[in-house]
Amino acid sequence: MSADPKTVIAARAAKELRPGEIVNLGIGIPNLIPGYLGKDTAIFLHTENGLLGVGPRPTEDELDPDLVDAAKRPITALPGASYFDSASSFAMIRGGHVDVAVLGALQVGERGDIANWAIPGKDVLGVGGAMDLVVGARRVLVTMTSTTPAGDAKLVRECTFPLTARGAVDVVVTEQAVFRLRDGSFVLTELLGEATVEEVSSVTEARFTIELED
Amino acid sequence: MTASGLVTAEEAVGHVKTGDTVMVGGFGLVGAPLTLIDALADHSDATDLTVVSNNIGEPGKGLGKLLRQGRIRRGISSFFTSNPEAVAAVNAGEIEATLLPQGTFAEAIRAGGAGIAGFFTPVGAGTLLAEGKEERVIDGMPHVLEQPIRADVALVYAARADELGNLWYRHTARNFNPLMATAATITIAEAGEVVTVGELEPESIATPHLYVDHVVLRS
Repeated sequence: MSADPKTVIAARAAKELRPGEIVNLGIGIPNLIPGYLGKDTAIFLHTENGLLGVGPRPTEDELDPDLVDAAKRPITALPGASYFDSASSFAMIRGGHVDVAVLGALQVGERGDIANWAIPGKDVLGVGGAMDLVVGARRVLVTMTSTTPAGDAKLVRECTFPLTARGAVDVVVTEQAVFRLRDGSFVLTELLGEATVEEVSSVTEARFTIELED
Repeated sequence: MTASGLVTAEEAVGHVKTGDTVMVGGFGLVGAPLTLIDALADHSDATDLTVVSNNIGEPGKGLGKLLRQGRIRRGISSFFTSNPEAVAAVNAGEIEATLLPQGTFAEAIRAGGAGIAGFFTPVGAGTLLAEGKEERVIDGMPHVLEQPIRADVALVYAARADELGNLWYRHTARNFNPLMATAATITIAEAGEVVTVGELEPESIATPHLYVDHVVLRS
């Protein structure tokens, strides 16, 4: 029996974060990451709707209608938290003050392009903070399954979906592998679980080199 | 604002005229001036409105009410998708949509209130959202020229106002409200409570009263 790909990805992505970093977590797999952070990996979570210092989900008694994350779900705020308006929040992001953005993607191109906000032929009417985050954060960490449910590769030669940004991705973590963008192209640096290079290659359309690290 | 600035919601929305651009605060319904939006839906005939708001409410709620009434001609927003009826209205050609990255949307409103005529941002460069906009390479990076956004009327929400119109926001209900308060000809603040002058700590006032024309008590 194999582990749930999402938990494999979240657990591995958690290791990319360093103590003290300011981190913005997207919806989906990125939101599982706090469950995999060690006690000594205290990070500060930023949410673009205006809070630095996001805490755990509230108990029923702690629910506060004025306190939500970017997915509009109830949250808590930790001691030392601060609130700010949306222009300040995106100044933090665009200005390079957020260390890491962790987000999902529909496709990542082989030169670090990312498409994660719109599907061709569907509505292109909701972008939210995706473009600001991938352009502004110092490191962009993509957590995604290696293929779509239909089996199509998501790490591709060239994104065919509408772009979020060009050349913005630094690291891609899938359920099989870790890829790092170096000098404008991807390097496979780690295999996860029982994955082999052949298996990774069979679900990856992008060209990449291999420099496995211990 | 003077003491005469404290008005009813019905009086306040009388400032919104047909064809106006109206900014509405809130991130979804959090921090949205729901009493003012309801008053605009129920006690105003103003139509053909351009709405500047991060979302177009939810189905039948907040700005979703005005949408159902067919009174929105154009939306300027970062996320129409949170109201499927807004998406359907755009696809049916009933309303015009201008989509902006959320940070660009916020900064354009800030610029509108601050007398800035436009700004170059790297966000959106090379994407669908840069189409038709001037692009310029600055320090080796492509940037997009974005225009400021202003409105005829801004409807904002603050947890507390004092009788002068100073505003105090609570938690993540702050969001776009302090920005929009600066960027309209007439700013109407809906407040959870109205306190006497001097009760708000001066350092905690996020919107000084010079931006605020009228205050309405949330009902």
